[in-house]
Amino acid sequence: MSTQNNPHTNKKALSEHRWLILARPLIIIIALIATWQLLVIVTSAPKYMLPPPADVWHTLIARHAVLLDHAKYTIAETVIGLFAGAALGTLAAIPMALFSPVRFWLMPILLVSQAIPFFALAPLLVLWLGFGLASKIAMAALIIFFPVTVAFFDGLSRTETGWLDLARTMGAGRWRLLTHIRLPAALPAFASGFRVATAVAPIGAVIGEWVGSSHGLGYLMLHANARVQIDMVFACLLILCAFSITQYFIVDRVLRAALPWQPDSLKPVR
Amino acid sequence: MRSTEYAPQMAQNNPTRFDIALRAARVAFNGVDIFHDLDLTLQEGSFTCLLGPSGVGKSTLLRYFAGLVEGDVSGTITCSDNIALDGRVAYMAQQDLLLPWRSVLENVVLGAVLRDEKPDYEKASHLLTEVGLRDAANLRPAELSGGMKQRAALARTLMEDRPVVLMDEPFSALDPLNRLRLQELAARVLRGKTVLLVTHDPLEALRLGDRVHVLTGSPARLQDAITPKGQSPRNIADPEILAQQAELLGQLGAERSEGAA
Repeated sequence: MSTQNNPHTNKKALSEHRWLILARPLIIIIALIATWQLLVIVTSAPKYMLPPPADVWHTLIARHAVLLDHAKYTIAETVIGLFAGAALGTLAAIPMALFSPVRFWLMPILLVSQAIPFFALAPLLVLWLGFGLASKIAMAALIIFFPVTVAFFDGLSRTETGWLDLARTMGAGRWRLLTHIRLPAALPAFASGFRVATAVAPIGAVIGEWVGSSHGLGYLMLHANARVQIDMVFACLLILCAFSITQYFIVDRVLRAALPWQPDSLKPVR
Repeated sequence: MRSTEYAPQMAQNNPTRFDIALRAARVAFNGVDIFHDLDLTLQEGSFTCLLGPSGVGKSTLLRYFAGLVEGDVSGTITCSDNIALDGRVAYMAQQDLLLPWRSVLENVVLGAVLRDEKPDYEKASHLLTEVGLRDAANLRPAELSGGMKQRAALARTLMEDRPVVLMDEPFSALDPLNRLRLQELAARVLRGKTVLLVTHDPLEALRLGDRVHVLTGSPARLQDAITPKGQSPRNIADPEILAQQAELLGQLGAERSEGAA
C-alpha cells in the first residue's frame, strides 16, 4: 500500500518533464500530419489515391455518427477478444509451467497454431461463428492468445531458483508456492505479453470484419474503398489508430499501477 | 565487545540440543565428484564455519544439509535425537531473496504464509526491531540498502525459529562496515543455535565460528577444525586470531612469505 518512492525527486522530475509529456504526442501528431500534407503536395496524388489531411478531417466531422456507430462494434470486438485471449493464454500457460506432460503436448500444438496464417482462418471463423461479433472476437482472441501464453509461460518457468530453494527449506506446499511466489514473479512477463497483445488485438477484429460482417470499421473501410471514398478509408484508419493508442495507454497504466514493485515502474520518465 | 546493536536479546531461549552427523557424503555433477567420503559433525549449539576457495563445493555441502542438492548424491545425515533433520533448518543465502512485491514485514512472515499457517506479525515486528528495521517494516525491498536487505533476510531466517541455521556467504556482498555490524548481530541473535556458515573470508570465519573448517581440493576434503578461543563475535585484532588467520590461509594454499606474521 505504501507508495513512498521518494516524493521529492519525483515531484521535481515531473514538473521538469510535464510539458514534454503533454507536448510529445502533440509534436508527433503534427509532424505526421505535416509529412502527410507534404507527400500530397510533392506527389500531387489525386484525391482518390491520397486525400489531403483537411479532406479527411472534414469527413471525420461530417460522417462522425456513422463512423462512431461502426467503431463501437470494432472496439467491443477488440476489447472482448483481448480479455478472452488473455484469459485463454493464462489458462494454457499455468498448466504448461506446472506439469511437464502438458508442456510436451501443448507446446508443439501452440507452435503449429502459429504456423497457420490467421488471414486464412478468418473465412472459416466467419463460416463457423457467423457474421456477428463472435467470429471477430474469436479472431482477436486467437491473435492475442500466443504472445500472452508464451510470455507468461516464460515468466513462470524462470522463477529465481533462490526463491524456490528458500521456499523448499520453509516447507512450502506446491499450490502456495505457485500463488505466492511463481505467479507474482511471472506477472511482469505476463504484462509484457499483454502489452504486445493490446497492440495487435485490433488487427484481429478488423481482419474478421473484412472477411465477412455487416458492422465495424473494417466493414466500413472495405465498402468505402470499393466506392473510392478514400477519405472515408483514412477516417476509419485514424479512428483505429486513436483507439489502439488509447487502449495501449490505458492497459500500460493499469499494468504499472498493478505492479508497483517492478523495477522499471519505480522510476517513471527520467 | 563493542557493539552498535544492543537491543533486547532473544533467540537464546531455546538452544539446540542435538548433534548432526554427516557421514560418507558424496555429490557428483556431470560424473565428476565434488566431494566423496566426507564426514562432518555439527555440534549442538555451536557455530561451524566452512572456508574454501570459490567453486570448491562449500555451498554444495551446505545445500546438502538443507536437502537442496539433487542428482548424483549419497551419504547419510543423522541427528543425535533420532529425529530427521528435514524441516528443522532455516536457510539464508548470499542474495537476500526478499520478494519484491511483499513489504519487509510480509517477507519476514513468508515461511508461515507458504505453509498456510497464521503469520505471527507481532513476533515479526519484534524481530525487525531486533535487527534494526522497525521503521522499514512497511517498505518494499527495493527501497532498502544492501545492508538493510540482509538484515531483513536475517529477520526472516530467525522468524522460522529452526534449531539449525544454514548460511551461504550471507554477508559477502556488503561493504566492510555493514559486514562487521551484521556479523555482530548474527553472532548475538544466533547464539545457542547450531549454525553452519559458508564464507570465503578467514577473518569472518574466526570472528563468528566456534569451529572453522577449510575445504580444499578436487574432490574436496575437509581439514581438521581450527577452534578460536572466546565467545563470538571475536576481536579480529587479537594476535591469536591473526595467527589462526595465517594458519587458515596456509591451509587454503597461500604461500608463506618471509614478511608474514
